[in-house]
This record gives sequence, C-alpha cells and structure tokens, in this order.
Amino acid sequence: MNKMILHDSSIRHATGQAIYIDDMPAQENLLHGALVLSKNAYGKLKKINSSKLLKLPFYSKIITAKDIPGENDIGPIKKGEPILAEDMITYYGQPVAVVLAKTYQEALYASSMVDVEVEVIADPILTLDDAYQKKSFLIDPIILEKGSVEIEMKNSECKLSDNFEIGGQDHFYLETHVALTFPGENEEFTVWSSSQHPTEVQHGVSNVLNIPAAKIESKVRRLGGGFGGKESQATIFAAISALSAFVTKQPVKIRLNRHEDMTATGKRHNFKVYYNVGFSKNGKLNGLDLILLSNGGNVLDLSGPVMTRALTHLDNCYYLKSIKAKGYVCKTNTVSNTAFRGFGGPQGMLVIENILYNISKYLSKPLDEIRKVNYYSKVNGLTTPYGQNVSKPRINKVLRQLHKLSNYSGRIKSVKSFNLKQIHQGYPFRKGLAMMPAKFGISFNKPSFNQAGALVNVYSDGSIRLNHGGTEMGQGLFIKVAQVVAECFKVPVDQIHITSTNTAEVPNTSATAASSGSDLNGMAAWNAADQIKKRMISHIAQLFKKSKSDIIFYNGRIRAGKNSMSFSELAHSCWDNRISLSSTGFYKTPKIHWNQDKLYGHPYFYFTWGAALSEALIDINTGESRIIRADIIQDCGKSLNENIDIGQIEGGFIQGLGWLTCEELVFASNGKLLTTGPSTYKLPGSRDIPRKFNVKLLEKADNDEKTIFRSKAVGEPPLLLAISYFLAIKEAIRASGLNARPELLNAPATPSEILKSIKG
Amino acid sequence: MQGSKNITINFIINDEIFNNITVPVRQHLGDFLRSIGLTGTHIGCEQGACGACTVELDGKAVRSCLILSSQINGSVIKTVEGLDDTLMKKVKEIFLKHNALQCGFCSSGMLITTKEILNKKKKLNREQIRTEISGNYCRCTGYQSIVDAIEEAIEDNIKDI
Repeated sequence: MNKMILHDSSIRHATGQAIYIDDMPAQENLLHGALVLSKNAYGKLKKINSSKLLKLPFYSKIITAKDIPGENDIGPIKKGEPILAEDMITYYGQPVAVVLAKTYQEALYASSMVDVEVEVIADPILTLDDAYQKKSFLIDPIILEKGSVEIEMKNSECKLSDNFEIGGQDHFYLETHVALTFPGENEEFTVWSSSQHPTEVQHGVSNVLNIPAAKIESKVRRLGGGFGGKESQATIFAAISALSAFVTKQPVKIRLNRHEDMTATGKRHNFKVYYNVGFSKNGKLNGLDLILLSNGGNVLDLSGPVMTRALTHLDNCYYLKSIKAKGYVCKTNTVSNTAFRGFGGPQGMLVIENILYNISKYLSKPLDEIRKVNYYSKVNGLTTPYGQNVSKPRINKVLRQLHKLSNYSGRIKSVKSFNLKQIHQGYPFRKGLAMMPAKFGISFNKPSFNQAGALVNVYSDGSIRLNHGGTEMGQGLFIKVAQVVAECFKVPVDQIHITSTNTAEVPNTSATAASSGSDLNGMAAWNAADQIKKRMISHIAQLFKKSKSDIIFYNGRIRAGKNSMSFSELAHSCWDNRISLSSTGFYKTPKIHWNQDKLYGHPYFYFTWGAALSEALIDINTGESRIIRADIIQDCGKSLNENIDIGQIEGGFIQGLGWLTCEELVFASNGKLLTTGPSTYKLPGSRDIPRKFNVKLLEKADNDEKTIFRSKAVGEPPLLLAISYFLAIKEAIRASGLNARPELLNAPATPSEILKSIKG
Repeated sequence: MQGSKNITINFIINDEIFNNITVPVRQHLGDFLRSIGLTGTHIGCEQGACGACTVELDGKAVRSCLILSSQINGSVIKTVEGLDDTLMKKVKEIFLKHNALQCGFCSSGMLITTKEILNKKKKLNREQIRTEISGNYCRCTGYQSIVDAIEEAIEDNIKDI
C-alpha cells in the first residue's frame, strides 16, 4: 500500500471544482426554502399565521406539519421526533414551518413574515439540575455496575466527593446543513443531502411521505465537514425538503444559514457529574460512585447510545475494582443533542481523568503516580467494568514512545523552574504540563450497526467503479477504500473511479460514524473486489490451462506462467467469455456482542491507544490560557494512509481543544441560544494551536484483530487526547498559589473559569 | 426585500470582462459569484468571521459576504477558479502534498489568503503565518498542515525571485 496517497478530492477542492450540494446547478423551477423557527422554548402551538405572505409581491408558499402525508417522525431510535412542530413547541428555535420561494432571499424574507402563536403553560427546563430534580428524563437511567461500591467505599482509607460540569459543543462544520430533493415519476424522489447517514435519510423521507423506501434515492458526494452533526440531524432537513417537493411537485432546496444551523441543530451533550470516590493512600481506586447527567434536549435522538459510550469509557486505561455509575439522559427544552466526534467517550474519559487529577491533588502526588497504580495490567486486572477483556494493553508502549518524542522528564523540570522564577519575580505567568493516555473502543455499541456493503463494477476497458455505504466528509474515507480496491486488483489507485454514496447502489448502510468508516467499508469493498478477482482467476486459469495458484496480479497486469496481459485486456477477455465483472460486497464485524440492559458483553472489536502531553501557559491575573506545545502518539495499527491519519489526529486534537477551552454555548433564560455564529462562538483559530505540535503514529503497531490490512480506526480517538491540555491548565492553576483549587475547574476552561479556580 | 433595486455595473472576474451587468443592490458579492456559477467560493457564516468566502478584490483578500456586488463597479476580482498562474498552481500542489485540504470547504478562502501573503514577497515565520491566516477558520485540519504548506510556499516563492 502506498501510504502517502493524496485525498481524492484535493485537487478539486483547490480549484473550486468540488461540487457540494449547494453548488449543484439550479433547475429552472427550483424552489428555495427558509425555516420558521419558534421563539419560545416551551408551550402549546396555537396558530401559525401566514396571512402576510399573501401581500408579498412574489410567489411564496408555506409548508407545515399539516402537509405531511405520512408520519411526522424521523426518530432514529425512539418514535416521536417531529420534523416540524405540531402540537407543542419544545425548544427555542424549533422548526415550525418552511416557506418556499423562487429565490433564497425571498424565502428568507417571507419566512420572517410568519407569526407563530404559542400558549406558554409552564417554565421551560433548561438546566441539568432542574431536569434531575423534576425527574425529567428521556429514558430510564442506564446503569453500569460492577462489584460492591458501598463496601469498597466503606473500607477505603480516603474519600472524595464533588461535582463538575462539562460543556457542550457546536459542530461548526464549515458547510451548513443542506438538502435538495428532485421529484420524479411514480412517487420517486431523489434526495441529495449533507448526511453522514443516507440510509436514515431514505427511511426518514419514506416515513414522512408514506412512500416505500425503494422509491427514495438518497445521495451525497461530499460533505463540508460532519463531525457527527450530520448523522441524525441531516434527516430533519432532508425530510423537510422532500416534503416540500412532494407538496409542490418541484425540486426544493433547503440550506440553513449559520444562525439557523446553530439554533436548530443538536450539539455535543453537556454533562454534569456527581462523584464519590474511595481510594487508598497511594491512590488506588477502590470504589467509584457516579451520577452522570447528560442533556438530551427535547427528544431522544442518539442520546441513549451517547450515554452508553460515556459509561463504557469511564474506565479509560484504568482497572476499576468496583463502580456504580448511573447515567440519566435529561429531557430539557433545548435543542436535542446528538452525535459529536467521540460520542460520549470524551465526556466519560474527562470524568475519570478529572477524578484522578483531584485525587492527585488531595494526596499531593503527581498525577502520573496515581495513574501508574491503576493501569490495566496483569497484576491489577484486565477486565473492563462492562465485561470485555483488555487483552493486550498498549499503554506502556504508547507512553515509551511519547516520552521519547516529548522529552517529558526534562520538561517537568523546566516547567517547575519557570514557575519558581515567575513566583520569585512576582510575574503573573504559570505553566502546567500534563500527560494523558487513552483507550478508545472501536465498533458501534449496537452490534447491528456494524455492517457495511459495497458495489464494485469492472468495465470491459478495465476501469473500475467503486461505491460503498460510507460518506466522505473530508476525513479521506473514499481514498482509503479506493486504495483497498486498487490493492486487491494491483492497479494504480487512479484507475478506481470513486462515486457518490447512493442508497440505490448500496442499500441498508450504517452511518459513517464511530470511527468505523474504513474498517467497515474497506472490508466490504475488499469482499466485492475479491469476488470479481476470483472469477477472473478462474477464467484465466482455464484460458491458459494453468492452476489458479499460478495466476499473479501485479502492477496493473496479470501473469499466468509465461502469459501476461494488462488489466484492461483481462477485463475485456472476461467480458468476451461472459464472466460477470460486477459484485456486491458485504462485511459484518465479528466477535462483538452486547447486552444493553445489563451493560455487559464485548461491544468493541478492538481498542485504539494513544497518549498526549500538553503544556499550558496561563496568566493568573486575566485567566487567559495558551497551549505552548503538544506531543501526540496515536495507535493507527498498520495505517492505510499516514498522510490522512496524521491530518485526522491534528484536526481531532484541535477540535478537542476547542471543546475544552474556548467553545462556550450560552443560552438566555428563555432558552434562546445566544451564540449562533463565529462572532460570538469562539472556535479554535490558527493562533490557538500549539506553537510546537509533534504528532506521530505509534511505531511497530498493527492490529491483533483481522481488520482491513491490520489498520486501526482514527476519526474520534485523537479528539479526547485534548483532555491532556485541560489537565495541564489545572496543573498551571495548581502552581498559581496556595489558595488555588484546580478541582473547581469546569469545562470549557474559559478565562472566567480559570480565574475562579485560581482564587479558590 | 421590498423596494429592492438593481444596478448596472462593469467589472473583471478571473480575467474575464463583464460589461453592463445588472445586479440587485442588496446582494452580497458571495451570493453574486455563486449565482454566475463560481461556486468554488463558499458561504460559511455571512458575518465576516469564518473566512470561507474570501476572494481577492483589487489585489486584497476580502470577505465576499461583507461586500455588496453593487460595490464592485470597476473592480478586478479573483476567485479560486481563477488561481491558475504558475505561482498559484505551485501553491496548490504544495497544499495537496501537505494534506492541507480535508473537507475542502475552507480551502478556496484559505488559498486566496495565501495568495495575499505571497504577494507581499516577505519571509514570514510560522507565528506570523498563523497571524496572517487567523481570519480563516478551518474545522478539519487543526491548521498545522496549512501552516506547513504556506511556509513551504513562501520559501518557494522567495527562492524564485
């Protein structure tokens, strides 16, 4: 495998030729839609008054829930998730209607002319504590339990209890949500949408229009970023555009502007965590008693699995003797939160890292010493609280390489002397240095999602067309899967034509999510290509009267003893002899099983490992923080494409930094999100990245499990390595003075949060 | 919207002369460019903060969402589609090599900003490069590969003169 192959779209990205859905040429009769969003967080929807539309000097048409011929529901897990509000308004910014016009500007203007009457009957629930007190939950609590926490707590020499908050995060994909539907004959609809899950779009549209899924073709060539925000959320806008096309019998495009996108679409779940922890004098964890509150928002969406992943990542790299963690998915009157890179994993890992940190402060010991006595090992134990065995932990291997990359030991000393000098001279700067190891489970927790399909067509000229269920959102999935097919046929990768994800070509696909894109689709594509290859081998063996084992594919050619021909000649010869050159491929992840009721089983095919060391600089007068340096080692197994994987690690880490430092969602007391654009919602910019940023893949790594070419997933794991920077800030706070209380720090660590912790 | 008017103007985009073109006075330049098929310029936030819609206007990188199309009378505009001179072709190759484009949505704006940096023909360190591109958000790469690419592009550009 050539591991430095470029992203397949990169040249088109650089020349403006890459076509996103909003770039598709407009048809003459295309209608544009603009949403009418609610201006109340909770109440009865009394009336939608659109009478002012009649006075407008241009065409406009309003579409509401009453126009839905099927069910007003696109819930991916649980029913009751409307695309347009029907009887109740349940969050501020909820789509109530869509107004169509011939131009987007006209639609936007017309949508502002629609009045929504709402009868307020009770105060909205906006905080996690409020929801918890009122027992406002979306599902029954999800409980992870192992051993007897009560007994272990009682027998522990030391105890700590406290709580902290973890903020949410807007995805801020650069391309906002967009969907474009073309109606066809005999109830056919072609829906293009910026979706990570075209099959869910297909089913959502089918359900809303009451038309069989077979008549709905759901497609996407590329997304301008997804990060989880276009997994389930895309279905809402795809269904609204399809409904509008159904009613008007014209093509309809819905493109959200940034304000609408940030207001009306779900985000990373904010959490609040209450903990009691019992431990020994050397920091060994005995009992962990936790309550995790997550903000599910107004409807369930994917909040159940997000909580499950949070609970199954609480252990991170540490053996837990006993634990009782109750996860409550709170029902509030904010937008329904959804998947976001890491999917609860980062929140779960921040919980344990934060607790270990607070133990280290309590015992006045270095954090790494506390970790050392708790790592998964043969001595401590290798079984996770959910029953899966961590057969071969790579913690030591990862840490050895990180130490070498970062000069960790030397830097501990220089940070210490920097801080002493600052204190001595009365200067306001403090540095903090913190490491963090990470283990991340790869597979969807729900076994049925771990399947994929592909379709490979070889044409008689030898060109190869590839289609699979994965979506390309910038992460480089398409080129990785194309590399797999090229490797199978031993042809140059540019001989593989990469095509749009399309439910009509490969059906019943899973979301491109859970970092699983190349694991699943790579295997399915290999399976498809390999079937064709086997037929080719049989044909050639017969043709040249050779045994099958004599047939060798190499450099775009095939050899059978002394006979040799190009791949195109081979393809033509197969066609000539009536050999099928098309095959579907299928893959299901082996070995996994899961009991969701007991939270027990073997949910993850394998684990990825990684570690990061971050250095923080804070100003104790202003609370400002800067990341000085970050060093990262990430386990990608035998990487399919190192260039692409390094990009995922760098980007994921910086996105994690944003979550933990500057990205703050601010809601008004009426439930209105106030941070609805980059002018008020601070994303990490080019000056917010580490001055020195060393990223390396784990050397001498492969995958013990039979993944595609023994590679490992990479999409999500690097994001949570940013927790090292959160801990580094806590270290800097700890060095700020005797009153400092780093345990008070909530995420995101904004200047005001940092100041609060410094002052104790 | 009501009482909106049109205005007729002349301008040059990507070396092509446009004479007597009628544009709505309240349409921003980004929307106008996209309406004539130059969809390589992307709309990200429409408040001038994300940089995705950056184009070159009379030699300067500007946010096309903050300029009205009616303001471009007599101006020369360059969009990503027009970055086809030798220098920018080389820059694009360097961007590709460094994997400085992932989802691609910020890329056109980032390349226009890079052009402005290179026009200065000054050697910049990484800190200065980060400052120069601080008006362009990228949500995918973490900027490292973009800074790497621009650093190499500057080296390359200065070497040539």
